[in-house]
Amino acid sequence: MPQPPFIILDSVTKRWSNGATVLDGISLQAERGEFISLIGPSGCGKSTLLRLLAGLSGLSSGSVRLDGMLPESAREIMSFIFQDATLLPWRTVRSNVELGLELEGKSTEAQRRKTSTALLELVGLSDVADLHPRQLSGGMRMRVSIARALATQPKILLMDEPFGALDEMTRDFLNEEVLRLRENDQFTTFFVTHSVAEAVFLSTRILVLRAKPGQIAREIPVPFPFPRTADLRSAPEYLRLVGEVSAALRAVQVPSNPLNPGHP
Amino acid sequence: MKKFLIQAAWPLAVFVVVVTAWDLSCRWFTIPAYVLPPPSAVVRAVVERHQTLWNAFCITALEAGGGYLLSILGGVIIALFFAQSPLIRRSFYPYTILLQTVPIVAIAPLILMWFGSGLRSVMLVAFVICLFPIIANTTQGLISVPRNLIDLFVMSNASRSRQLLKLRLPHALPHLFVGLRISAGISVIGAVTGELFASSNAVGEGGLGYSITYANSQLQTDYLFALVLTASLLGFLFFFTVTTLEWLCLRKWHESAMKTDAD
Repeated sequence: MPQPPFIILDSVTKRWSNGATVLDGISLQAERGEFISLIGPSGCGKSTLLRLLAGLSGLSSGSVRLDGMLPESAREIMSFIFQDATLLPWRTVRSNVELGLELEGKSTEAQRRKTSTALLELVGLSDVADLHPRQLSGGMRMRVSIARALATQPKILLMDEPFGALDEMTRDFLNEEVLRLRENDQFTTFFVTHSVAEAVFLSTRILVLRAKPGQIAREIPVPFPFPRTADLRSAPEYLRLVGEVSAALRAVQVPSNPLNPGHP
Repeated sequence: MKKFLIQAAWPLAVFVVVVTAWDLSCRWFTIPAYVLPPPSAVVRAVVERHQTLWNAFCITALEAGGGYLLSILGGVIIALFFAQSPLIRRSFYPYTILLQTVPIVAIAPLILMWFGSGLRSVMLVAFVICLFPIIANTTQGLISVPRNLIDLFVMSNASRSRQLLKLRLPHALPHLFVGLRISAGISVIGAVTGELFASSNAVGEGGLGYSITYANSQLQTDYLFALVLTASLLGFLFFFTVTTLEWLCLRKWHESAMKTDAD
């Protein structure tokens, strides 16, 4: 008997209490280890979709199954990485990385320490393990946030524009780091972003969403094999695909004259 | 250390100028000592009556300190209760504002009537006056945790009590300290005001407030000055203690403490 898909969304619809439809009939399936980027104009519901998957927000109709479970029950195999690093400022870097494990309450202090040591090594933050978040740069904070998310060994990683607030160099660097981390651990990822280049660089598949109501407008597979390196960014096929996704994104933008809004 | 000395030099200079001006005006304008005693007379009063002054200081410190500690305990418990739901806050918050708006001099006679005179009643006045800043600030801290941090705890299946212990309480700590700083000074005001109404009259049991009314009635203005200065010193001591404690708790991670570092 063939295994059912790892993640199944079946005509997922979300309406706000004022009746506005944010997401309208989203259906998709994802296999283990996929890296799916969600891209689209603001208001297309991409962040809302992520919150539905996380069980942080309820659906109005349709169904979501993650490894056969409802979102609320699947939290143990999921980690969420937020737009800002959301570190606890009173904890040290190390202690922040250990937070998820600590809240799970299934590990001893020694085990947690071992995990955090390994992860801090992996994201290159061993030197700052005992510092507090305010002593770090934005990029370093985000790396702590990623290390914290990976500490619980999630099977599913939900990332909500994690690099949106960073400068381009730091963003590129962290993109490469995400690829490297994925080689160790084949987590399935949903990645919300505004950056086409980032989406093409990281993903196995890109979903272009349109707004009002939020629907999947196009699905674009990214065929480049893994492991990928920074060199990919200058490859012609990469640039061609970036162009294609940009065109798809332009097609779903509500046409409007930026100099005279309201008069398309 | 050198930097500290330079910083301390300015307020010290102000002190010297003010005291000199005070002394000179007493001499030049021949102001009677019962209206404005010269600094030397105040110093003499402190030296000669240091025993009774120390005694009064201890009593007021006990009253103000006791009321203050009680208000921390009560205030944090009430804030925890308020943090439970917006409905609770909406229902009870207006009444806590009353604590702040009703003049303490109006409450003090009532407390005297209900609980009699003595140390406990004075402590109660200090408690009442200290309570509101602590409730208001701690509640604010408990409910102002960023949405994402709460989601993070929800994603980790953290229970309500863990969320409180590991997220809300530490997040509220800087806010609590704001309340503690405000209340530190006013606890002494509360105790002194309370003593004007409800102090025990027994010999040796009156605090600074009681002694102030006594010195006033006897026209011992030099001693009155000594008492007032002692009361201010007590408030300053409380404030200094809390500020030090705050620095110790927050210096590593909180922005406010970081700024003092940089100065």
